[in-house]
Amino acid sequence: MRPPEALPTFEEGPPTGTELEPGPPPEVRDPRRIAWTRRRISAGRIWKTYRKSTLGMIGLAALILFVLVAIFAPLLASKEGLKATCPCNGILFSPPSLKYPLGTDNFGRSVLTLTIWGSRVSLTVGLLATAISMIIGSLIGIVAGYRGGVSESVLMRLTDWFLVIPFLPLAIVLASVLSPSLGVITIVIGITSWPSTARIVRAQVLSVKTRPYVERSRALGASGWHLNTRHILPNVGPLIFANTILTVAIAILSESTLAFLGLGDPLSISWGTTLQNAFGSGAAYTGQWWWIVPPGLAIVFVVLAFTLCGFALDEILNPKLRQR
Amino acid sequence: MSGAALGRASASGDDDPVLEVHDLHVSYEGRVGLGAGVAGKKAAVARAVAGVDLTLRRGEVLALAGESGCGKTTLARTIMGLEQPNQGEIRFEGEPLSKSTRILREYRRRVQIVFQDPTAALNPRQTIYESVAEGLRIHGITDQDGLSEEKLVARALARSGLRPPERFYLVYPHELSGGQRQRVVIAGALVLEPEIIVADEPVSSLDASVRGEILKLLLGLRDDFGIAMLVVTHDLGLAWTIADRVAVMYLGRIVEIGPAEDVLTKPLHPYTKALLEVVPEAGGLTRPILSGEAPDPTRIPEGCRFHPRCPEVVSGAAGRAGVEARCRGEDLGLIELRPGHFAACHLAAARRGDVVPSTT
Amino acid sequence: MTVLSVRDLEVTYATQAGPIPAVRGVSFDIDKGEVLGLAGESGCGKSTIVNAILRLLPPGATTTGQVLLNGEDVLTMKAGRLRAVRWTGASVVFQGAMHALNPVQRIGDQLAEAIVLHRLSAQREALVRAGDLLEKVGLPPRRARDYPHELSGGQKQRVMIAMALACTPTLIIADEPTTALDVMVQAQVLTLLNELQHEMGLAMLFITHDLSVLVEVCDRLAIMYAGKIVEEGPSAPVFAKPAHPYTEALAAAFPSIGDLRFRRSPSGLGGDPPQPDSIPSGCSFHPRCPVAFDECPTVVPDLYEAGDGRRAACLLVRDQARVAT
Repeated sequence: MRPPEALPTFEEGPPTGTELEPGPPPEVRDPRRIAWTRRRISAGRIWKTYRKSTLGMIGLAALILFVLVAIFAPLLASKEGLKATCPCNGILFSPPSLKYPLGTDNFGRSVLTLTIWGSRVSLTVGLLATAISMIIGSLIGIVAGYRGGVSESVLMRLTDWFLVIPFLPLAIVLASVLSPSLGVITIVIGITSWPSTARIVRAQVLSVKTRPYVERSRALGASGWHLNTRHILPNVGPLIFANTILTVAIAILSESTLAFLGLGDPLSISWGTTLQNAFGSGAAYTGQWWWIVPPGLAIVFVVLAFTLCGFALDEILNPKLRQR
Repeated sequence: MSGAALGRASASGDDDPVLEVHDLHVSYEGRVGLGAGVAGKKAAVARAVAGVDLTLRRGEVLALAGESGCGKTTLARTIMGLEQPNQGEIRFEGEPLSKSTRILREYRRRVQIVFQDPTAALNPRQTIYESVAEGLRIHGITDQDGLSEEKLVARALARSGLRPPERFYLVYPHELSGGQRQRVVIAGALVLEPEIIVADEPVSSLDASVRGEILKLLLGLRDDFGIAMLVVTHDLGLAWTIADRVAVMYLGRIVEIGPAEDVLTKPLHPYTKALLEVVPEAGGLTRPILSGEAPDPTRIPEGCRFHPRCPEVVSGAAGRAGVEARCRGEDLGLIELRPGHFAACHLAAARRGDVVPSTT
Repeated sequence: MTVLSVRDLEVTYATQAGPIPAVRGVSFDIDKGEVLGLAGESGCGKSTIVNAILRLLPPGATTTGQVLLNGEDVLTMKAGRLRAVRWTGASVVFQGAMHALNPVQRIGDQLAEAIVLHRLSAQREALVRAGDLLEKVGLPPRRARDYPHELSGGQKQRVMIAMALACTPTLIIADEPTTALDVMVQAQVLTLLNELQHEMGLAMLFITHDLSVLVEVCDRLAIMYAGKIVEEGPSAPVFAKPAHPYTEALAAAFPSIGDLRFRRSPSGLGGDPPQPDSIPSGCSFHPRCPVAFDECPTVVPDLYEAGDGRRAACLLVRDQARVAT
């Protein structure tokens, strides 16, 4: 029987990992650096896989375009053009021309300007509402899934309760009780979309919770916090992220719907309010297509862009969906 | 290595029990629907572990053998603290496990588990380095024996046969083969320098030609570091290869336990004999002696739990020896029939002339 | 009478990473009433062979060679004839029977389905025949009314065997039929297969990684490694005195209880079985072989005679045979 001192040191013994890439150089063996290197490499791999999806790249390009337009709106179109009384406005209800490529509205404002500036509100409300929905939904889903028992039952009944709240009547009621504003819309959308996230997250947590590597961690003596942050969250996170992308699309659509129905802030300029204005002025009857089509198409393309990105991400997260 | 883990490991173990289990019971209650519950129907109780006494000595390899449903996995998980017993006591190095978190944490450091499926036992999003270092991080060990965390991880990987360790730091589990993954899991257990490793079917999901290397590794850990092992397996051939003692379980109880050579070549209990009879071997097909399958744990037979299927009862041998009534009516525990070799069988006891103490 | 004759079978999967050879030239015969065992570990190609025999491979897989089932080449059959031959010529008992049964259909209906699909009987007669089949595999006919979840693992596997017999095939392919089962149940299923095979004079191809099971059940053995057969011959000599180093290593993984040589000395091979996308050159076993020499990485061995009816793909066997002649 060999005494322990005669054990091979790290360098002795036949090499077994020779088919792998060489590891980090000796100077970079700091565990923190290792974690960061890992994240860098992993992100690189995800990007490489994402790049292969044509639809995903189209969606991403469109998204970037929209975001850039929203950010650089002041450079693309003068803010003055949003005022009804701006001297830069042209003839009312005029079809597209050289000076006003998308025509003018009932105040003579350039529809192009309206569309460009409208992206700001639509995207902001969409993102904010999604943030509210995601945070609430994920927290409730994780707590319900992890704790189980009574807490789970209580939280899931709460989720069910919010799930059945009808979207439109709630918006109407809130808009009439409080004054219609962007805040109201954001809250309404946030409140009505978190339940579905919560259910998806809880299902995933339940599935991850019973996996052997989580049990191993428990056997090692991990606390609940460690289990959740190190194992459950990283395996639920990608699902939450993919879900977020799709929820933003729905939120933008919802904002447009509410604004169109007149429940939003009438003074803000968004695609929804532009459409509301257009229909309210009878643009559909008088054939003023240039007023309706641009904001409508903008909504469609943004939603499409988010959806395409969501599909591409879904394929990455769920390798079984990838084509052979 | 530090502390008590260093030391002589002899095949029969010192008479220094590192783990003791007394009268352990683990049961699961089935579900009853609301209506049936109101009507007075009780839930069926599955007794997964129905009264187990066990001692594991320092540096000993004990194989826990049996078919599925016998309770061996539940017993192992309860010892690991992953399940709560309904009754009974577990003592580690003489101290009973209390609910005290400090004692539990220390216990969890010194008793480690190796799972059946190494692929599922590793978080697919963590690199090998992080999987192995996890134990150190959970217990807040930043250095030990003068070695930093990174050096401790490297040492554990090397001891598991993964060399050079640095090559494995940034690798993900799916890039390794099954055998290498199991070595990573073992490294993750070794890094905490445990006294006991509980291995649940450590090689059954690995390719046959790779199993020997992993078993060699496990035996080597016992020889070099004195780590005691509790190996749960359904494969008696594996028990023959590495175990010092073998315990055979049936329906939640240990029905035979003793030195591996004795239990596997001179079995006393009819169930053990039946299991050994059907281990495949060259020389033609052997007809299985037992028919049907083990009853489910919610309906444990009265008397000796094995009597409905026992070949000695069926063939009349028990009747001729005059113990059949006891087989059908009297439950019993383990009796020492040879030095160090115990069996829970009325017939075997009668043939030795012992008086059987009855348990209810 | 030869029921199955496989000649130079090669199967290549098309993947994103390029073509991957899963089976690289396999030939064997099975006669009526004979049981051939195919042993090998993961990545050796044995499951691919099972699928290739009945042309159940996914699209994108190219197959060359011949698979003669009762004289007809399965690989060149027309689709209609192939459908007729599947299950009536050869049937399969799959691995993991627990998942191969439809959970929402009764057992009897699932058995009858196979019979009705092949137009051997109408529905009512088929149900009667289903009852007979259940009896043949040792289950009471009234179990035909049960759903799969009401059966245990061993019972489900018996149903799978009954299903394989439903259309009275000439060849049964058993793909790891007892891997997920307990030792006792495994023994029961093996005894059942043995009895049925003798009673009905079936030819059987038995595939597993457990060499000790094969030796009990099979007349002849073929050991596969990296898509090729590396040793074949009558089961007892192959297991007792392996000619190929891989067979020897595989046999050592299944120790005989009671043999003191195995006590506390596990033996295994270093490395891992090669995956089909990275097969070593020359003799594909050479990186793990304890007796490899300088020719092994460069020369691809054929199957050489090794005495006692065995053949082995090993250059050492070739050299010994040369010395003997």
